[in-house]
Amino acid sequence: MKTYAEINARIESGKAVVLTADEIIDYVDRKGLEAAAAEVDVVTTATFGPMCSSGCFLNFGHSKPRIRMSEAWIDDVLVYAGIAAVDMYLGATELRYNDPANMNYPGEFSFGGGHVIENLVAGKTLQLFALSYGTDEYPRREVRTYFTLDDLNQAIMVNPRNCYQNYNVAVNTSDRPLYTYLGKLDPRLRNATYCSAGQLSPLLNDPLYETIGIGTSVWLAGAPGLVYAEGTQHCPTCRRGDNDVPMEGAGTLALTADMKQMKPDFVRGVSLMGYGVSLAIGVGIPIPILNPQILKRAAVRDRDIYAPVVDYSTDYPERTGKVLGHVNYEQLKSGQIEVNGKKIDVGSLSSYAKALEIAHLLRDQIARGEFLLSPPIRRLPLQQTMKPLKITEKAK
Amino acid sequence: MTTKKLFLFFPKCETEKPIIYHLVKDFGLIINIFRAKVTPDEEGYLALDVTGEDANIEKGVEFLKTFGVNVDPFNKSLRWDASRCTHCGNCLTHCPTHALKVADRQTMRVAFIEELCIECLACVRNCPYGVCTSAF
Ligand code: SF4
Ligand code: SF4
Repeated sequence: MKTYAEINARIESGKAVVLTADEIIDYVDRKGLEAAAAEVDVVTTATFGPMCSSGCFLNFGHSKPRIRMSEAWIDDVLVYAGIAAVDMYLGATELRYNDPANMNYPGEFSFGGGHVIENLVAGKTLQLFALSYGTDEYPRREVRTYFTLDDLNQAIMVNPRNCYQNYNVAVNTSDRPLYTYLGKLDPRLRNATYCSAGQLSPLLNDPLYETIGIGTSVWLAGAPGLVYAEGTQHCPTCRRGDNDVPMEGAGTLALTADMKQMKPDFVRGVSLMGYGVSLAIGVGIPIPILNPQILKRAAVRDRDIYAPVVDYSTDYPERTGKVLGHVNYEQLKSGQIEVNGKKIDVGSLSSYAKALEIAHLLRDQIARGEFLLSPPIRRLPLQQTMKPLKITEKAK
Repeated sequence: MTTKKLFLFFPKCETEKPIIYHLVKDFGLIINIFRAKVTPDEEGYLALDVTGEDANIEKGVEFLKTFGVNVDPFNKSLRWDASRCTHCGNCLTHCPTHALKVADRQTMRVAFIEELCIECLACVRNCPYGVCTSAF
């Protein structure tokens, strides 16, 4: 019905009709699917939450005399230096040097890679300390200096796995508290935690990856970014509802964007007691309404999206595959769900409020003609599973 | 009768003086102490609720100030930094009094109702973004 080129032409002329993934629900109800699909050009989706598989490549430029950094720390957080002389990869979950981790259980994990990334984007001054074995052309053996984001030649966020399509609701049936990447889980099913923006979340609005693919333009923490690959653990062949919406993890996206254009509000370090550090980022993805079918999927609502309730005391760590039941996002967002006949209070780790803010920002940016859509150059795989790690006795 | 939350800071410790006793005895105030950290010859902190007639609370506060105690209504013992809260909702199930709660289920924004806070510090430990902090 519409093409990317037509939609982009309307965006450029400032005439595009753009709605957020929550606004579109009522809109389709009022206008009917066909009429709404003819009118609406773009639906904006978004999410904000911890995404552990995130990090960035940094280039420091060359000192005089030169150094080929072989080990390096930024604000005492180890960065990966096993690439070119002054290139580094800073990962979100790296702990600070000498962090006692879980030796004093549950550990606090107050500072790590995610926080360094937050501070970098916020424009703060950071310390670089690097060592080298020294070579003929890179004689310097050690450097300690201070820098900000502006001083770097490049700071490119490269996240191997963001935007999990759906996620577990974590509970704890055991007798002791658990400290997980979904927060503290009180014993005997006293609380539950979920982590998804539900009806706003990008891949829940495009469950079969019809418009979000490799090459899709995305809003990554305010910077223009793109999907550069399927995310790690991308597993489209999962249990799905009648509406094709996954009822478990499923698809993921690998995203990249220039950190110099990011907004600090959407790049936040995360400390999870007893678990570790991470980085929360905001992602917005526009969905072009090419036809009524795409719109129908983008108008999905919380009550039609189900997540599995998983026991993190045994079933998750032991990978039994057991699920205690399914609940929908309307129930989750109400603050209480029922599992095994017991009413449980619900908290979350992703922020619906921030996702909403991002969906609005992206909507307005597109409406102003400042953000164009790009057709994927390749679709995300629809047929692949996720292999477990086999522990073998000897080499094959 | 009103209840007022106070955060007292003792620059130089006045622990040897029965300050709380006087608040009860001389001003008829009902005291509910949430948390205290007072060590001799060091700074002291006290987070408490006082209940009583407005005029008596005021007099009680004036009395406290004569000891050099700092009673600053803007400096809180438990701080929730609204500008840094991501509204993730992780604190919701850990806050026993629902001082931290969803203000609006449409936007899922979280609000902090200071009067309900009993200073259990669960949010200080649990907030993944370091938004809740304690002055002591
Ligand atoms: S856990 Fe922290 S960031 Fe999340 S809603 Fe509560 S106070 Fe805000
Ligand atoms: S200190 Fe305790 S009562 Fe106060 S807001 Fe935090 S969790 Fe709630």
